[in-house]
Amino acid sequence: MEYQNIFTRTQVRSHPHDGVPMRGSHLFERIGPGFFNYWAGKIGNAQFGPIYLGPLGLASVVCFLIAFEIMGLNMWASVNWDPVQFVRQLPWLALDPPSPAYGLHIPPLNEGGWWLIAGFFLTVSILLWWVRTYRRAVALGMGLHVSGAFAAAIWLYLVLGFFRPLAMGSWGEAVPFGFFPHLDWTAAFSLRYGNLFYNPFHMLSIVFLYGSALLFAMHGATILAVGRYGGEREIEQITDRGTASERAALFWRWTMGFNATMESVHRWAWWFAILCPITGGIGILLTGTAVDNWYLWAVKHHVAPSYPTPWPTVVDPATLPGAPQ
Amino acid sequence: MFRDLVAGKTGRSAPGRWPGRAGQILALIGSLTLLAACERPPVHYSQGGFRGTAMADVQNPRTFQAKVDANQVPEPSPPADPSGPRATEVYKNVQVLGDLSAGQFTRVMVAITSWVAPQQGCVYCHNPANFADDSLYTKKVARRMLQMTRRINSDWQPHVQKVGVTCYTCHRGNAVPAQIWFKDPGPRTAQGLAGNKFGQNMPSKVVGLSSLPFDPFTNYLDQHEEIRMASTTALPSGNHQSIKQTEWTYALMMHFSKSLGVNCTYCHNSRAFSNWAQSPPQRVTAWYGIRMVRDINNVYMNSLVDVFPAYRKGVTGDVAKTYCATCHQGVYKPLLGVSMAKDYPELQGPSPEAEAPAAAKPASVATN
Repeated sequence: MEYQNIFTRTQVRSHPHDGVPMRGSHLFERIGPGFFNYWAGKIGNAQFGPIYLGPLGLASVVCFLIAFEIMGLNMWASVNWDPVQFVRQLPWLALDPPSPAYGLHIPPLNEGGWWLIAGFFLTVSILLWWVRTYRRAVALGMGLHVSGAFAAAIWLYLVLGFFRPLAMGSWGEAVPFGFFPHLDWTAAFSLRYGNLFYNPFHMLSIVFLYGSALLFAMHGATILAVGRYGGEREIEQITDRGTASERAALFWRWTMGFNATMESVHRWAWWFAILCPITGGIGILLTGTAVDNWYLWAVKHHVAPSYPTPWPTVVDPATLPGAPQ
Repeated sequence: MFRDLVAGKTGRSAPGRWPGRAGQILALIGSLTLLAACERPPVHYSQGGFRGTAMADVQNPRTFQAKVDANQVPEPSPPADPSGPRATEVYKNVQVLGDLSAGQFTRVMVAITSWVAPQQGCVYCHNPANFADDSLYTKKVARRMLQMTRRINSDWQPHVQKVGVTCYTCHRGNAVPAQIWFKDPGPRTAQGLAGNKFGQNMPSKVVGLSSLPFDPFTNYLDQHEEIRMASTTALPSGNHQSIKQTEWTYALMMHFSKSLGVNCTYCHNSRAFSNWAQSPPQRVTAWYGIRMVRDINNVYMNSLVDVFPAYRKGVTGDVAKTYCATCHQGVYKPLLGVSMAKDYPELQGPSPEAEAPAAAKPASVATN
């Protein structure tokens, strides 16, 4: 177990690292001196803080809390303010979008109005946080890969809750806020539109989702496996390729004939990760707007095979003359 | 740690090791709790469709045995002589079974007593001083139910086929069938500007503890809302059924699955739920079942709204209504397909329902 390197085994302790000095004059300062936590050190850096929230971060947190409160209070009201039932039924509770009858009009508060308000503040909160990831990256002289990846996730979120409902002309097409209810929505979405598995963009999204997990496992395992040669110091291994890098490369070349490099494996991971929500979002946006039944679409384009049925073929009884209602 | 566990050492773990023996035991118990809702394997898996299409029936032989025990049919009484004077000539106020001989009539009355009111006996429906008296509400209900039984056996054969139904199919020795439904307005919510449940979002056994709508029956089995939601064309062509409506259909289908004790694939090919050309024939039987239940609820049950006393009604003042589970009670064929009706030709008679709306009549030609 000692050499399998599965949990972080060393923790460095000194005064908390303050980071680089802030440039110019700032209304908002970094918060807190920072502190250490032993258990956090088991899975990451033991140091918490100091954190820079700034005006964007503060506005984002406030907007998120507003959205969170609207959702939570609506869920609590739906069990008649019973605190015990609120906790017991929490996974089932939801804040639902308006019924389709309202189209894109603004409904009364208790008919989906709260959903619109909560969705607005949640979206503002997420977009402000995105701007923050962009500006912090610029301030630190980094590339924009993190904000790019976050934007890919926001794309899928906006498709589900904003772009597609707009295109369909109904807020009622959007996802409810709630644990089980949003899963029920997902199943119903696929049933309504003739099986989402026949949606080629859904297929691509699954490829990148499973591919991301596979790449994550391969990369994580490779680096941990060469940790005893300093493989976790990936940046140094990129500029000055050492024995850890060579062994990792050889391992994959011997087992599958090809290897990513210390730097390119991160491009693989980044592209797979962002393409998952990008392709998924395209697939959702096309559903109901361009394609109404993905199974029939797949039959039409020779994607779905035809299987024999071992039972006598039946016809829709509603099409027979004199059929009951 | 693992070596210690495998070797069965009972001593404390080395200092600093985590999670330690107590932690391991807690983790083991914790993992087992996750299995609490699971059924013990093995289950019986029978393939019903082309390989690789997952068209299969999954049954747990242990829980299924309990269903077999609960669905045994009582012995039929000896047949009665159909000749002789008619019931109307012997008894007063016989409105439904008057075409029977007096012997057949008595046989049915005795059978009903054992099926519906075995404890209470004749006096559950009859005034002991005058059996022809209609003063008890139960007698009026029973008369309507006899009309319904004959209607089902004669006009709803696309669903019940030649197996037919008797009172016992639903009642099973209970004055009120065990599985009935009332309109469910849901639990009380805050009566203000927030907390609209939209008829869903609570753990309801009706929908298998999902958060789907908890009363799909009023819309689909009392009223005639459209159940179908998928399009029949690949590209949009004017189908405005919404995802929300789909959740209501989904909820109804959960009831089908639970009350028949079957998977979705009993009636549907799950690659294309809406596609009839790939559906097993059971879907046609179920389609007629939906129409039959609507007919029962609208023509028979709802007609008794002024007959039932308040304590027999639901919270909204509606009468008890039927759904799949009322007859099926957990199995794909009520009483596992054993026909009781064949032993009771008295319940087969012609349908006396001239007042039934013509639109509710089933198709004369069934597809199966």
